[in-house]
Amino acid sequence: MSKTKMLPDGPDWTFEMLELYHQEIEKVAQHYQLDTYPNQIEVITAEQMMDAYSSVGMPIGYHHWSYGKKFIQTEQTYKRGQMGLAYEIVINSDPCIAYLMEENTMPMQALVIAHACFGHNSFFKNNYLFKTWTDASSIIDYLVFAKNYISKCEARHGVQAVEDLLDSCHALMNYGVDRYKRPSPISMEEEKSRQDSRAEYLQSQINELWKTIPTKENPDVEQRERFPASPEENILYFIEKHAPLLETWQREVVRIVRKISQYFYPQKQTQVMNEGWATFWHYTITNHMFDHGQVSERFILEILHSHTSVVMQPAYNSPYFNGINPYALGFAMMTDIRRICENPTDEDRQWFPDIAGSDWLKTLHFAMQNFKDESFISQFLSPKVIRDLKLFTLDDNESKPYLKVKAIHDDHGYQQVREALSAQYNLSNIEPNIQVHNVNLRGDRSLTLRYVPHQNIPLGKSKEEVIKHLHRLWGFDVILEQVDDNGSIQELARCPKPE
Amino acid sequence: MAHFIDRRLNGKNKSAVNRQRFIRRYKSQIKRAVNDAVNQRSIQDLENSESISIPHKDITEPFFHQGEGGHRQRTLPGNDQFGTGDKIERPPQGEGGGGPGDGDASDQGEGSEEFQFNISKDEYLDILFDDLELPNLQETDVDSIVEYRTARAGFTNEGVPANINIVRSLQNSLARRMAMGGDKRKRLRALETQLEENKQDSHVPHSEIEAIKAEITELKRKLKNIPFIDTFDLKFNNFAKHPVPSSQAVMFCLMDVSGSMDQATKDIAKRFYLLLYLFLTRSYEKIDVVFIRHHTQAKEVDEHEFFYSQETGGTIVSSALNLMDKIVEERYPKNQWNIYAAQASDGDNWADDSPKCRALLEKTLLPLSRHYAYIEITSRAHQSLWHEYEQLSEIFPNFSIRHVKNAEEILPTFRDLFKKTTA
Repeated sequence: MSKTKMLPDGPDWTFEMLELYHQEIEKVAQHYQLDTYPNQIEVITAEQMMDAYSSVGMPIGYHHWSYGKKFIQTEQTYKRGQMGLAYEIVINSDPCIAYLMEENTMPMQALVIAHACFGHNSFFKNNYLFKTWTDASSIIDYLVFAKNYISKCEARHGVQAVEDLLDSCHALMNYGVDRYKRPSPISMEEEKSRQDSRAEYLQSQINELWKTIPTKENPDVEQRERFPASPEENILYFIEKHAPLLETWQREVVRIVRKISQYFYPQKQTQVMNEGWATFWHYTITNHMFDHGQVSERFILEILHSHTSVVMQPAYNSPYFNGINPYALGFAMMTDIRRICENPTDEDRQWFPDIAGSDWLKTLHFAMQNFKDESFISQFLSPKVIRDLKLFTLDDNESKPYLKVKAIHDDHGYQQVREALSAQYNLSNIEPNIQVHNVNLRGDRSLTLRYVPHQNIPLGKSKEEVIKHLHRLWGFDVILEQVDDNGSIQELARCPKPE
Repeated sequence: MAHFIDRRLNGKNKSAVNRQRFIRRYKSQIKRAVNDAVNQRSIQDLENSESISIPHKDITEPFFHQGEGGHRQRTLPGNDQFGTGDKIERPPQGEGGGGPGDGDASDQGEGSEEFQFNISKDEYLDILFDDLELPNLQETDVDSIVEYRTARAGFTNEGVPANINIVRSLQNSLARRMAMGGDKRKRLRALETQLEENKQDSHVPHSEIEAIKAEITELKRKLKNIPFIDTFDLKFNNFAKHPVPSSQAVMFCLMDVSGSMDQATKDIAKRFYLLLYLFLTRSYEKIDVVFIRHHTQAKEVDEHEFFYSQETGGTIVSSALNLMDKIVEERYPKNQWNIYAAQASDGDNWADDSPKCRALLEKTLLPLSRHYAYIEITSRAHQSLWHEYEQLSEIFPNFSIRHVKNAEEILPTFRDLFKKTTA
């Protein structure tokens, strides 16, 4: 082993030290074949961190009251000491922007650099979801475009009008995502140049749509063909393209919200993996540096201290329990994949014949690149992790007066726990399945949405409010129906309410 | 390679606009909270911002999410007691563990009922006095101009050397020199070219060349004699004195502390004083508060004594008015201070004394004051003092009287007094 020099270990940091650490960490990262975007590291204060926090991780955000609300909430909880701020925020962009907090000590900064600038960064660059759905090089451009466009709209049409529109779009933000079609990448310049032609074209399309209206001869004949011909799951897209009364600028704002929602869609689906990956690498990289004598014991102890609190998983009956901690689960699984590769047991050989005993680094990279939470868990959740976390599955059926323990961490239970946990991360099980079903083209122009419940789970209370927002966008009646298992259809909500 | 950027010096208030939007949106709720909070404040305690609570349900953003019920499976960590097939009683709904599966709406925290945050002093006052103004006072303010502010007022041709404006003066000098020498220089250039030509041309007689040379010398001499700077080039910075309306105010709080005023009544009065004080802070930079309490005798006291010490005795209101007059004379010359007064009483007064009070107000105090408010806190019928004052209020626009029965009426009364009249 080559003799390496101990790096200065703070506790206070300087820019020279940050650079030095970044260099060293980069070397270790390259040793482990982490492939990253170039890093842009920005040092900010706690207050700026709160700003960044409240704009939901967008470095440049348009103005909206809800971000003000989030800011106030963050500030309150932070001031009361109920919550420490995140040590870092990292943005899926090229170059990859990471924020470091001024208050962090040198060991913490090193941890954050390893975690964000190499862990998250390499995940953003290589995971298939991010590769397919987001374009890291254009996002900053696009956010700038969005912010300027919305400011312009505010100047022209009034703050209130824009705020109302944004409220409505935000209510439907989860339904502004193409789940299966790959969107084409966007950048500010293209967007601008396309915008004008799109504006004209769109407006003409809308008129086209309504040209099918009144041919007076057969008013009673039922509309035969539905519009859209097949149900549309991207409600905001449908609004943008087909809402009859929206003005051009309003369509553009709907599009902006939709695009931003799309940008965040992969992050929603890879929480466990993304955090697990980043946590695994900050742990591995800093330990590697310690093993090579680059950092002191004091240094590694501080890192381990915060590492342990990050990967803490409170039990189901603990007052601190707040769902499964994605850091804990992700880290446990990543670490276990390495173990299965390096020191497989008989159990592992039985469960993971493909990877047991293989090259751990290759396997781990493969897992990171080609999965999302749902599939990652169903592929790689090992009996050992289930045992370590003492996972168990409850069956909660409304029609029964009690909950039933369906599976626990034993031989019979592993497979079921794994399946249940995987399903828990399947967005299509969590987000209600609501699609645009029909527009009454020949009648009152009403828009009908259909909700297909997953395992009889009803729609939550706020549906009435959301329908109101949708009505604001659509401009005519909006009806929400539920399709039950037996095919019967019942109306859930309607706006405006019938007299 | 990494690129490091120090952003710490960038503005931290990126969210300020968003925060303003939030406050604007929930103005009505915040207003309600502010109005409730008025009660709990000490009169001069303004340094604190105000803590505001809004019901959580008012500010949630709706989105489609799954509700309770149906058939679902949940995987949880930390099994310490369950075996496969165990049956567990369903935990009560709404509890932490009872929320539906991970990632659902339950993390919106319907459990915590109030959304709490702080607003700054300025925001607080803006909301509290949203649509109020000091009545009829803007124009009278101008009469009492006593302070002057020296301000730049362009340039003059005369002044002391210290005030010379160098740039302007040199501009003038340059312009003058160009203007005065213009045609001479033109002529000079012409002569010089001619001289060159003549020198080339051997037919030109020598004398002609000499004449041109002489003229050139003469012109050069004249040009040289144009002075570089002349007295009428000089420009001086000019200063003028602008009158500024006095930005200081004194507020007299007069209160009856005779036996008939109990603590509850005093609290009502206190709230009125507080509102007036806060309101005045919006218009004036500096505010003095003078507390005068009285029974049969009047006394100037500090805030604590004003509100909390209890004395008994009869009531002679004029004693307080006299004292106020005396204090104004001694310490608050009318031309330097904006004088406000608020008097609170339960209306009990010696019958003989009430006409005296009226006379005092009419002759001395009301002409001095910007505004004088009298509130009577009682649930009984009005007595002589009210009737006397009632007549006065018809004559003086800066005198207003209001009748208050309980604490809830204070803010409406106050708003009524200072409602914006322009519309």
